[in-house]
Amino acid sequence: MNRITKLFRDVKKNKRKVFIPFMTAGYPDLESTVKLISALEKGGADLIEIGIPFSDPIADGPAIQASSVKALENGVTLKWIFKTVHKIRENVKIPLIFFSYLNPIMKYGLEKFFRDLKKADVDGVLIPDLPPEEAEEIKTFAEKYDIATIFFVAPTTSNKRMRFIETISDDFVYCVSVTGTTGTREKLFSKTKPYLMKIRSILKKPYVVGFGISTAEDVKKISEISDGVVVGSAIIKFIEKYKDSKLLSKKLENYIRKLKKPIK
Amino acid sequence: MRKKKGYFGRFGGMFVPETLVPFLEELEKAYLLVKSDKKFKEEYGYYLKEYAGRPTPLYFADRLTKKLGGANIFLKREDLLHTGAHKINNTIGQILLARKMGKTRIIAETGAGQHGVAVATVSAKFGMECVVYMGEEDIRRQALNVYKMRLLGADVVPVKSGAKTLKDAINETLRDWVTNVKNTFYILGSTVGPYPYPMIVRDFQSVIGREAKSQIKRIRNNNSLILIACVGGGSNSLGLFYPFLKDKNIKIFGVEGGGMGVNSDKHSATIIKGNIGILHGSKSLVLQDSDGQIKIPHSISAGLDYSGSGPEHCYLKETGRVTYVSATDKEALRAFHILTEIEGIIPALESSHAVAYALKIAPKYSKNTNIIINLSGRGDKDIDIVAEAEEQKI
Ligand SMILES: Cc1ncc(COP(=O)(O)O)c(C=O)c1O
Repeated sequence: MNRITKLFRDVKKNKRKVFIPFMTAGYPDLESTVKLISALEKGGADLIEIGIPFSDPIADGPAIQASSVKALENGVTLKWIFKTVHKIRENVKIPLIFFSYLNPIMKYGLEKFFRDLKKADVDGVLIPDLPPEEAEEIKTFAEKYDIATIFFVAPTTSNKRMRFIETISDDFVYCVSVTGTTGTREKLFSKTKPYLMKIRSILKKPYVVGFGISTAEDVKKISEISDGVVVGSAIIKFIEKYKDSKLLSKKLENYIRKLKKPIK
Repeated sequence: MRKKKGYFGRFGGMFVPETLVPFLEELEKAYLLVKSDKKFKEEYGYYLKEYAGRPTPLYFADRLTKKLGGANIFLKREDLLHTGAHKINNTIGQILLARKMGKTRIIAETGAGQHGVAVATVSAKFGMECVVYMGEEDIRRQALNVYKMRLLGADVVPVKSGAKTLKDAINETLRDWVTNVKNTFYILGSTVGPYPYPMIVRDFQSVIGREAKSQIKRIRNNNSLILIACVGGGSNSLGLFYPFLKDKNIKIFGVEGGGMGVNSDKHSATIIKGNIGILHGSKSLVLQDSDGQIKIPHSISAGLDYSGSGPEHCYLKETGRVTYVSATDKEALRAFHILTEIEGIIPALESSHAVAYALKIAPKYSKNTNIIINLSGRGDKDIDIVAEAEEQKI
């Protein structure tokens, strides 16, 4: 059974919540990626989203944009990322998902991409510029290589469409908290609460909430009306702040632990 | 194979974040309704005529024709329109659509600033809030247009990411849109982006070709016909070409920005040199590296300086219906001077690319051929660039 399926079964059985950190591959430098991903797991991540840098990330706010620029300057390529994931898998056991825009995947070759995901033991993909209507071909390859494809719902998605998206999203659904790009937000909970209450009455599959979550307080409140949270920009900002510290990975591990504490 | 909605052959589609999908569906519905709505068409026609200044002349460039000694050259004078380029045809149409959909805030990207000015103009005219995203490099290159937009009441936001040109301005506009989609209408300036934009912009620009078609009929009947237009995102060219596509006897050329030469890495000849990819919401030919990162294009003309291309153009290339060629910066500059000196018409640097290609082929034809060049805009905005380029003797 796929690790993600297993995770959400366990979540359901034990009535717990998932904590999903995001990190851009190759940021802040190539050498630390393996260590930082491992720190995320040690800090308590249930699943990790690995960001594949792209030159034109239209769904991302300033923090993740800047991390992509830096990663590309560092020379990150999909080929390098696959190689690195093999190393990551030597000790990281939780599910890994690639968060990538479609163009680098297409250029790499769809079938080759999914075959290499399988080889690298990656569990799923999340493609922010791929709505379900365009996903037929991707789904075919994903199924062939047993890779989960996760889709988004947003505050602008109609109820009917949410039900449709739920049927094609594997294992869980990713809810975008508010209209907009990734990036930390003030007073997120009050902005997103009515929408999350609505989603709760519609979706039957587990769903996690991402975009804008930056504090332990957000984590606590939002997981009360969802199955878990994704934290991205806040983590990138944290890494940016401590990138020159020798203790970066230890600090990151503690930061993740602190963010996750309310749902431990 | 089943024909997929929003596709031109294998190009097109709707590759956007989920937040935007419901709006694009709403936009498609609203557009298809107004498309067959007599009142909307009347209103649109009224503003094109009384506000923008249509129809534009199809002018016989007799001295240029004589100088080249070949085909008869006609200029479709989009440069005479209000705001100085074809862009206004589309912005009037889209702002009427925005109003119909109850949107109150307008956003747009701009490269040369022509589209930005055309958007700021109609926003002023229809009393809507307007934000224009423009790359810092383009702000520098097109200072006059920036000043105009600000006079018109638009908020011009400098974009500092990437190469700080059109591609980056589109990224930033999409980010604003994904944030404010509930009250905001994105007036996209070319036949690019997610479906239904490539279709909407093409339809609004097709007035160019429809007029040209009836005008050329009135002038000479039996001559064979060639169409030439420059291709940035593809709107002025598709606007001219579209009504002529079915007539297979007509030769059609799209001219891309050749920059320092299409075999250098400084050009914006996306259709000639690009390969298939996803950029700004559609599948089209894209300038990209072997890892799928988008390359930074180059053209002396800000309006052609784009790494993406319109999906319908990609399809027309693949079917062979349109031939895509390029003109270098140098050739465009030369054409700029020739048209200015011989006809007293200062063309935009974008349009100068189309003129440059006509200079090349007109002598190969006889008086029995007519060439229509789409003079998509006037060159006032480019005077500084031309001066700067020539001081450096490129
Ligand atoms: C005068 C003029 N012509 C042509 C273009 C290129 O755009 P398109 O290919 O959409 O006509 C521009 C773009 O800014 C322009 O200002």
